[in-house]
Amino acid sequence: MKILVLVKQVPDTATQVKISSDPKAIDTAGITWIVSPYDEFAVEEALRIKEKRGQGEVVAVSLGPARVKEALRSCLAMGADRAVHLLDPAWDSADTIMTARALAAVIKQEQPALALFGRQAIDDDMGAVGAAVAELLGWPCASWIMEESVDEAGKAIRVGRQVEGGLEVFDLPLPAVVSAQKGLNEPRYPTLKGIMGAKKKEIKDVKAADLGQGAEGPALSIMKLEALPPRPPGRIIPGEAAEAARELVRSLREDAKAI
Amino acid sequence: MAGAFWCLVEDDRQGNPKKVMAEVLGEAGRLAAQTGGQAEAVWLTDKASEAGLTQLAEWGAKRIVLAEDAAFAPYRGEVWTPVLAELVQKESPQAVFGAVTTRQREVMARLAARLGAGISADSVALAVEDGKLVATRPVYAGKLLSKVTWAKSPWLATLRPNVFRPADPQAGATPTVDKAVATLPGAAMSLVERREESATGLPELAEAEIVVSGGRGLKGPENFVILESLAKVIGAAVGASRAAVDAGWRPHRFQIGQTGRTISPKLYLGFGISGAIQHLAGMRTSKVICAINKDPEAPIFKIADYGIVGDLFEVAPLLEKEFKKLLEK
Repeated sequence: MKILVLVKQVPDTATQVKISSDPKAIDTAGITWIVSPYDEFAVEEALRIKEKRGQGEVVAVSLGPARVKEALRSCLAMGADRAVHLLDPAWDSADTIMTARALAAVIKQEQPALALFGRQAIDDDMGAVGAAVAELLGWPCASWIMEESVDEAGKAIRVGRQVEGGLEVFDLPLPAVVSAQKGLNEPRYPTLKGIMGAKKKEIKDVKAADLGQGAEGPALSIMKLEALPPRPPGRIIPGEAAEAARELVRSLREDAKAI
Repeated sequence: MAGAFWCLVEDDRQGNPKKVMAEVLGEAGRLAAQTGGQAEAVWLTDKASEAGLTQLAEWGAKRIVLAEDAAFAPYRGEVWTPVLAELVQKESPQAVFGAVTTRQREVMARLAARLGAGISADSVALAVEDGKLVATRPVYAGKLLSKVTWAKSPWLATLRPNVFRPADPQAGATPTVDKAVATLPGAAMSLVERREESATGLPELAEAEIVVSGGRGLKGPENFVILESLAKVIGAAVGASRAAVDAGWRPHRFQIGQTGRTISPKLYLGFGISGAIQHLAGMRTSKVICAINKDPEAPIFKIADYGIVGDLFEVAPLLEKEFKKLLEK
């Protein structure tokens, strides 16, 4: 069974993100780049499916500039078999739809049984590409999955998707798209052997023209990034605990009108 | 109708629209007034209630497009999307808005792909500028804001709960309901079961107006009852920091921050949370922030409106008592 995992490289969560001289972009100086955490859950789950079945292929796919090779290398070190890098300046301004079209085109070429995404990339937090790809492919889709099992024949997947107030368990015929929510698994750390082995694995570069893409521009574009307005200075309430608690509740009602 | 601002109805699965729809319809009405359109509700459901339809009208829906069929429950993107797309193509609304919920986030993304339209997820401000919609949305879990605009209509967006102001309710408004006519597609995915969470009587984290949250300072999972008890008094949801979740004290769905939920409640009370950058990003757009922590140097105090430097095990029960007194008045 072939599984494609679609990953994005993002700044580490501890990064203080700053706006660059181009107001539409962040200052990338000094940033540590990582595989988006939800995408790591997706990679881990793909590897587990392969290991459980005792056969199959896991292919990591990512769209982005040259530095993205490093993220793909991390996926290979975890255990993915090979990688595809969508690398083309034509995708520099890619929004949800452009990205989804490019990824859907790769999926059509590769014809996997399953396309695994993270529930959202933690940079632009759009959380839309996985479902958009499912729509473009005409495949069933379950977002925010917390558990899964593929049937023995490799024809269907049973997933539990997180919804407000509970978990909905669905059977989806394959091929299908699913996206990983935190809690699905605990991603492994690459072993030294994995890291060494990753250097020999293939990362194929793909250009927009190879996929017949690039003619259409973005449907949504960034006008500018802004810092958050500073919060007004706060107040530490002094005094004994009982007194402070009384004063806080009074302030919340009378000053802040928050309760 | 053409030029309308459509609001996809989020309901409680029992035929009643959720409160967040008052906010979505309120914002849609304000924007529509600037472009010569009107706010309309589009409701895909297995069963709508009369009370629910009236509620939507009172919240500002000038017209309700109602698609009622058993196939719409439980939500499946492959059923909802083609129906929505057909309705959009028939009526050419100016915009389609949804609420930030798991299913609406998914269906709006699918609709965007089907229509080739732009989608702004988790929007926190909307404005019409030079005849075009401009959305503001937090990125990097709220470390920055991004202003985005659309190449063409329909403008698709999901709106974060608790951020947009509802319109003044139109008491006694009569709903104008049009039955939707659209082809119902077949479904590939089928429901096996729905596992309900044990009912806590507390609101959903993403939608709650008040959030009480606990971190490493709670010292263990058993102590979350202190926060739950306080939360019950003030009608709050209980969240947790990543430290508390990664320690296995709370399930993942309660995590606030960059790898959890990003929230904007009216009131946030943090207990024993130091304020790692990932957590602060996820809650700093709350209207009022209170922090209770033993460490006066905890970073959360830098963004808090009110702080108490003290032992949460002492302060939390006292706060509960004071809130109880206040709310019983």
